[in-house]
Amino acid sequence: MPINATQKITLKLVVVAIGMFVFAVFLMPPLYDVFCELTGIGGKTKGQFEGTTAAVDVEREIKIQFVATNNGAMPWEFSPLQYQVRVHPGEKTAVEFYAKNPTSRDMVAQAIPNITPNNAAEFFHKTECFCFDKQVLKAGEEANMGLVFIVDPELPASVTTITLSYTLFDVTEATEAAVATTN
Amino acid sequence: MVSRLKQLVAYALSPLLLLSFVGQNAHAEDAHASGWSLLNMPQGVTSVSNDIYDLHMTVVWICVWISVVVYGVMFYSMFAHRKSKGYKAANFHESTTVELLWTIVPVLILIWVAFPSTKSLIELYDTTEADIDIKITGYQWKWQYEYLGEGVEFMSELTTSEPAIYNLEPKTEFYLSEVNEPLVLPVGKKVRFLLTAKDVIHSWWVPDLGVKRDAVPGFINETWAKIDEPGVYRGFCAELCGKGHAFMPIVVNAVSEDEYKTWLAEKKEAAAVLREMAKQTFTLEQLMAKGEVAYNRSCAGCHSGNGEGIPGAFPALKGSAIALGPVAKHLDVMVNGVSGTAMQAFGGQLSEVDLAAIITYERNAWGNNVGDMVQPIDVLKFKQGQ
Amino acid sequence: MAHGPAKGIGRWLFATNHKDIGTMYLWFSFAMFLLGGTFAMIIRAELFAPGMQLVKPEFFNQMTTMHGLVMVFGAIMPSFVGLANWMIPLQIGAPDMALPRMNNLSFWILPFGFALLASTLFMEGGAPNFGWTFYAPLSTTYAPDTVNFFIFGVHIIGASSIMGSINIIATVLNLRAPGMTMMKLPLFVWTWLITAFLLVAVMPVLAGVVTMMLMDINFGTSFFDAAGGGDPVLFQHIFWFFGHPEVYIIILPAFGVVSAIIPTFSRKPLFGYSSMVYATSAIAFLSFIVWAHHMFTTGMPIAGELYFMYATMLIAVPTGVKVFNWITTMFRGSLSFETPMLFAIAFVILFTFGGFTGLMLAVAPADIQYHDSYFVVGHFHYVMVAGAVFSMTAGIYYWLPKWCGKMYDETMGKLQFWIAFIGFNIAFIPQHFLGLAGMPRRYADYALQFSDWNMVSSIGAFMYGAAQLLFLYNVIRTIVAGEPTSEEKTWEGAEGLEWTLPTPAPFHTFSTPPEVK
Repeated sequence: MPINATQKITLKLVVVAIGMFVFAVFLMPPLYDVFCELTGIGGKTKGQFEGTTAAVDVEREIKIQFVATNNGAMPWEFSPLQYQVRVHPGEKTAVEFYAKNPTSRDMVAQAIPNITPNNAAEFFHKTECFCFDKQVLKAGEEANMGLVFIVDPELPASVTTITLSYTLFDVTEATEAAVATTN
Repeated sequence: MVSRLKQLVAYALSPLLLLSFVGQNAHAEDAHASGWSLLNMPQGVTSVSNDIYDLHMTVVWICVWISVVVYGVMFYSMFAHRKSKGYKAANFHESTTVELLWTIVPVLILIWVAFPSTKSLIELYDTTEADIDIKITGYQWKWQYEYLGEGVEFMSELTTSEPAIYNLEPKTEFYLSEVNEPLVLPVGKKVRFLLTAKDVIHSWWVPDLGVKRDAVPGFINETWAKIDEPGVYRGFCAELCGKGHAFMPIVVNAVSEDEYKTWLAEKKEAAAVLREMAKQTFTLEQLMAKGEVAYNRSCAGCHSGNGEGIPGAFPALKGSAIALGPVAKHLDVMVNGVSGTAMQAFGGQLSEVDLAAIITYERNAWGNNVGDMVQPIDVLKFKQGQ
Repeated sequence: MAHGPAKGIGRWLFATNHKDIGTMYLWFSFAMFLLGGTFAMIIRAELFAPGMQLVKPEFFNQMTTMHGLVMVFGAIMPSFVGLANWMIPLQIGAPDMALPRMNNLSFWILPFGFALLASTLFMEGGAPNFGWTFYAPLSTTYAPDTVNFFIFGVHIIGASSIMGSINIIATVLNLRAPGMTMMKLPLFVWTWLITAFLLVAVMPVLAGVVTMMLMDINFGTSFFDAAGGGDPVLFQHIFWFFGHPEVYIIILPAFGVVSAIIPTFSRKPLFGYSSMVYATSAIAFLSFIVWAHHMFTTGMPIAGELYFMYATMLIAVPTGVKVFNWITTMFRGSLSFETPMLFAIAFVILFTFGGFTGLMLAVAPADIQYHDSYFVVGHFHYVMVAGAVFSMTAGIYYWLPKWCGKMYDETMGKLQFWIAFIGFNIAFIPQHFLGLAGMPRRYADYALQFSDWNMVSSIGAFMYGAAQLLFLYNVIRTIVAGEPTSEEKTWEGAEGLEWTLPTPAPFHTFSTPPEVK
């Protein structure tokens, strides 16, 4: 009967529409993240590296460059202490970034790492990084922040230079808001 | 080479087509001679831009030839098969052979296009060792260039004046495509551009270099160029980034390697001079004069030239509590910015002299009449003392 | 069953008749077309000469944004829904749409959606100023507060679209007259059926992406904010996952209209009916797997660029099939050139041109130069205006006599056609040159070398705008004072169930289903 058939198709289509909404909001972002992690799209790096890599490849030397950017109105002084280092793949290397909060208030910052070229991202392992945590600096305080990394010897041969970028975001308000709600 | 030959043949055969007027002109500087000559993409001065140009022309000619056939048949029908001429309609339809033919032929043409496209794309993504690395940061609404490892960095901002934009002054040759400091690059060297942005997404586009790449906040992108010929190449921001989108041009000054080295050395020296200048004391008139120039370049984009801002978006400075209040607060806002707003921290962007001049100007212009002065040394002390 | 329409305003407020609702959709979309057109005229007037003359850059950005939003969501999409409401029941022999009350709701929420959107023009902070593609973070962290009104407006418009599509699918699948098999459906019905499926699939994605923006702006999530681990480029992926099918949503029904008109005035059946159906389905399918060709400059890995380039180039194949079919239909027909046919032929010529520039844009390395330049603006106006709007105009002239039992004035129709055709090309061909020469899109002001072509483009745009006023006059004049006609078949060569009905089409039609042989 047409009425029943109409109701049936309507119901099905409503379910499809709701399904697509759920897909967009709840599935696309995590799927995208997984996809990025697998392919290195967007040059996002992974979290703390706990595995091991193959032996040090002394034949190869990779140039690692560091750049630092403040986002928006972030007033901190923020820069790498060395703009580039040359490393052998498989070798553990430590570098430092300098940060100073020049303002008269306590602030919290979050550094977001990003790598170019994209296809190097999955081969850049960080064993320690200040970007794993929020950085708290009191008014006028300064600090050297550490990063320890290993470049995987599996790194594609076409890559000779890797640039690691940190963008520093002011998350003071967001952190205070979060603290306020948990209290 | 084959595509060149095809081009020549095509030029010879289709003199009536508008596209055949498109000469190989459009060299960066000639382009300014007359707008009418702007018909086609510039060939540019890098191997990538030349490849793109060839690819572009190949596809254009493929399209021209397809359209000659398609439109030809169509116009023929429109003239020959008219009812008014008493033409009787045939009644053929459905033919698998014909359908297959016009599916397969386009596929073959597409495969033909796909080969050179793939080749150029691979070249574009070449990540081998570069000679120079430049970090480009997009700001609302200016570019910052940083020569990695050289300690040279500067802001590149539009110099066209507000009166010229609002038609109160005549427009000069490089209206809206002139900046205070161009990006200086040596020819014949592979330059790697690292792009990021401070606020929203921008896109750095210089047609003659065959470079356009988005600058995304929080992310870093790379692309490259090796410029063949010295010259001044102009470009624009290509991604909508707010009200100043049309007002953040790009100027690249490609020079010989020697000139580049000289320039870099002078640049480093100039930075030292500027630091020295920070210790000098200026008169109110000097500060006001310097302040007006610097304000119009770096502040007027948001707060407008008359200090009235834009209601609902950017606060007025004329009569504002900060410009009329204590110097310390004014310094704090200028140097450290205001979090959560569009007010950037200018402490790292401008020299102490410019900062002092702008603050002085803001306190004493447009009817603001505090009467006090801020000297560069005050700014320096503020930066160190806090 | 023989009762006529209710009297007074109630007829429209509580309308459930597909013809009344169709009429309201058409008038509403025309009003929006004039509003969006006004914004376009402001844009072109400002760009007539270098320098800021009429508006400030921030208002200019609001104009480009509102022009895009109003034209896409307010003018083109509802106009085709209106045409679907009128024609689908008539073409498949159904008494009405399957869900008449939902039909009423889906129309009446539209004006509220647009009122919400347009009201921002008068608020502090102004209307949306981040482009109709509203890329984050310009549309989130850096947006004016009025962005919330924009988000709710989009939700309402999206809901309306989804309801309209469900209605169309239910009608086509369930209410066909006996004997009207799927492969006998007129192409306009086919293209709309496929469009409706696209809409049900992607409008929720648009709703999703604005919801995520809403959360980012007001509830502290960070889908698109790098500070919290989000990604502004993710916004573009989701937006274009909606946005690319969206452009086919706009163009597919236009294909359907043209596929009805060309055979009529060629007095010859469509060359390849089934291949047209398959080509439409192929285009719809491809539309889901090519979205990132809008993002070639975002820094995708090369594998992604190559994939999206190849997939996008493939679209040329089914699109080509359609164009070849139209032309072969005309070939050795017995052609006459009434106003609907003129617009349909112009559609084929100009849409094909838009297709060529589309192919150029698909070539990823070359897109590095074309992307976000006026070349793109020229390209999509050839597809959206010369495609969708020309076809819509053709459709209105074609079916207007059937709707109101009056004949339009052929001379006036042709006059409008020539002004529109010439004006359109003068407006948009120069934009290709501007883009190739390096002028980015969405620019409030430009360097001096771009002056000449911008002036030409503005003159063409004013001409095209004037043609629309003539269109409005023609339609009103036809309704009020057109020559009455009662011929069932207005056009000698027309085929289809709608031409078996009396003219003007009565309020209730096909109460007893026709028999389709």
